[in-house]
Amino acid sequence: MIGRVAGWALPLGVFAAVAWAVLALPSPAPSLTDEALAAIDESGVSNPVTAVLLNYRSTDTLLELGVLLLAVVSVWGLRRADHAAAGPESSPLLEGLIRGLVPLLLVTGGYLLWIGAFAPGGAFQGGALVGGAIVLLALGGLTGRWFADRQRLLRVGLSVGLAVFSAVGWVVTAWGSWFLEYPEGMAKTLILVIETAALVSIGLTLGCLFVGGGPPDDLETGDAP
Amino acid sequence: MSPDRLLFLLPLVPLLAAVVAFVAPGWSRRAGLAAATAMPPLALWTAMGVLESGMLSLPLGGWTAPLGIALRADGLSAVMVLAVAVVGFFISLHAAASFPGAGVQTHRERFFWPLWLLLLAGLNALFVSGDVFNLYVCLEITGIAAVSLVATAGSPDAIRAALRYLFVSLSGSLFYLMGVAILYGGTGVLDLVLLVEVVAGDPPAIIACLLMTGGLMMKTALFPMHFWLPPAHSSAPAPVSAALSALVVKGGLYILLRLWFGPFADLVGDGAIQWIGGLGAAAIVWGSWQAIHQPRLKLVVAYSTVAQLGYLFLLFPIAWSAADRTAAFTGGVVLLLSHATAKAAVFLAAGNVLAAVGNDRVPSLCGLSRWLPVSAFAMGLAGVALIGLPPSAGFIGKWLLVVAALEQGQWWWVAVLLLGSVLAAVYIIRLLGPAFVMPDSDQPPNPVSRIAEWTAFALAALSVLLGFVAIWPARLLAASVGSGFSP
Amino acid sequence: MTGSTVDLFLLVGAALFALGAAGVFREVEALRRIIAVNVMGSGVFLVLVAIAARGEGPPDPVPHAMVLTGIVVAVCATAVALALADLSRRHGSSADDKADR
Repeated sequence: MIGRVAGWALPLGVFAAVAWAVLALPSPAPSLTDEALAAIDESGVSNPVTAVLLNYRSTDTLLELGVLLLAVVSVWGLRRADHAAAGPESSPLLEGLIRGLVPLLLVTGGYLLWIGAFAPGGAFQGGALVGGAIVLLALGGLTGRWFADRQRLLRVGLSVGLAVFSAVGWVVTAWGSWFLEYPEGMAKTLILVIETAALVSIGLTLGCLFVGGGPPDDLETGDAP
Repeated sequence: MSPDRLLFLLPLVPLLAAVVAFVAPGWSRRAGLAAATAMPPLALWTAMGVLESGMLSLPLGGWTAPLGIALRADGLSAVMVLAVAVVGFFISLHAAASFPGAGVQTHRERFFWPLWLLLLAGLNALFVSGDVFNLYVCLEITGIAAVSLVATAGSPDAIRAALRYLFVSLSGSLFYLMGVAILYGGTGVLDLVLLVEVVAGDPPAIIACLLMTGGLMMKTALFPMHFWLPPAHSSAPAPVSAALSALVVKGGLYILLRLWFGPFADLVGDGAIQWIGGLGAAAIVWGSWQAIHQPRLKLVVAYSTVAQLGYLFLLFPIAWSAADRTAAFTGGVVLLLSHATAKAAVFLAAGNVLAAVGNDRVPSLCGLSRWLPVSAFAMGLAGVALIGLPPSAGFIGKWLLVVAALEQGQWWWVAVLLLGSVLAAVYIIRLLGPAFVMPDSDQPPNPVSRIAEWTAFALAALSVLLGFVAIWPARLLAASVGSGFSP
Repeated sequence: MTGSTVDLFLLVGAALFALGAAGVFREVEALRRIIAVNVMGSGVFLVLVAIAARGEGPPDPVPHAMVLTGIVVAVCATAVALALADLSRRHGSSADDKADR
């Protein structure tokens, strides 16, 4: 009984503390809205969230692509795909549905990427749809041996976002810019290039995480103890 | 090019090496060793830059705070990236030597290098980031990479320990993130330097401080949140154990130092400072006591980490009201460097014992001095530093802390420091005693690579030799006093 | 958004965070703890989104970006946790199975 009470005291305390803090936040609310909007013309995009993600605080996003790569490496290292649950037995109806939906998802993903520059959307939202398309393919058993056979291509796709982002950030320093400081007039183009690469990586990563295990190694694996 | 502009290379070099190691698994070892070799010069260059200009600062994307993120390196950052670079270099060599030779590449090795490089990237980013939300992302990279590296051991124990570590790590980061959210809601600022100006003593700031401190205590395994550390650190492969104890747990401690001696300095009263020091003292006593009673070498060493982290938390009360804060900080930093090198050395040596004998039960150490003389010597040297005997860096660090504590009449911390040294001597001697019993045969059951032996020795030697050059970290810390970022 | 709506979001966020924390510390089953961590995360994200809406005028984009980053990190952590939990369960069901995987 005492244990139960003590067990709930901690979360209640956490709730009370957080609730107290958030209700006591100062008014008017301090924020970076004005700063973000004042610099929006230089940022290369007109959607302020995209401006934060790909320009003002682009390093967060760069590191986040590192987290995505990290997740794939971890999951592939831990499990093999053949352990992952196999999809349901394929039926013509399911297959037809998936074959119709996947192109639609890919096109919508690309559209979301494009409008991210000026409206809600962007590489993450688009990447989520691409990931969804891969999930559907995997569920329908339509990925087949693609993951196993095209490993090198898959690995390039999974890391292209991180590689392109880093490369752009580094290359611009050759012109005397700071790391990730886009040269004047090039912000929009460079952001689009980075976002396209990121979309590929994000979509593939989400799909691979759903499949939940790595493809069989093409090299000898002699490390079972 | 000035070191300011190239500060980003510290995280970017290992990050790109991780990409290479992932895309071309056949090249993973070469990519890992190349990055590990590039890091010490980079870190040294950063340190020279700090000596020259006090603080290096790189506005990422050309945007200055509060809108943008700044990378910053001061004396403390420079010391930390140097520790990552040097300890990371020897751990990489040891890892490369403990995998099967050229031509054979195991699944485990293909898995190890990208994770290891991402861990190094996360740590380097953490030590030069100047933004509390960016620090959250760095914390997650290091946390997830560290958990996955524990799991590379593959044993059921390691998997269970990794899972438990992951839950502690994730909930710790989320406590930290909730603190960041509240801090931002209250101030509209995420930059560590700007926060110093705007954080007031209102309820949101106090709660944010509590949440962030709690979360970071979990990640740093400060007593009584240490329960996850011994299983995770002892069941991981040797190079991973070394990295976890030497470097990863210091990440949370580093952020705590930045916060308590930075934005939260006005919130934290003498009471809180004594309280966190008290937890450190409890960690020293409890961790050492447990270390004395563990049946396995790696568990002894892991509990010793719990205790040694306690010393670093004594830095809070001792440095808080010290007349010469830089001297007290130097003591803490030297102790941190001593622990990083010595603990990595002991874990690498423990890995050699495991490889040679097949288990690491304390009685199995019998004959070690004959079978693996270099590893045994490394353990002895590292033991000198862990106990804090002169002339090791452990001694200098403790000495500076003792002097600073006595100057303020805080004699009780001195008592804890001395008791900790006595207890450390007990568990070190317990390990070394059997090592000098002569075995029946001249050869260990299994051979151990010479590189694996000498990397452990090199780190152990460093932990002692650092005692002679303790003036270097002191200079680094002194160079950035008053730069606005330094504690 | 009106002030009281924002306050409601803030309070629900705090409640989710605390409930999730309770789950992580109290539950034993790995899957439940994974869900609990995600509930905790959702609590933080809700608080961040509400903080973005507190000011006058358009919402603050910085917390929105933080939430997007946080969600991706949460997805990755969940994937790793699920893989580990699955391995751990496999090992639990066959205790002598010391094989690599």
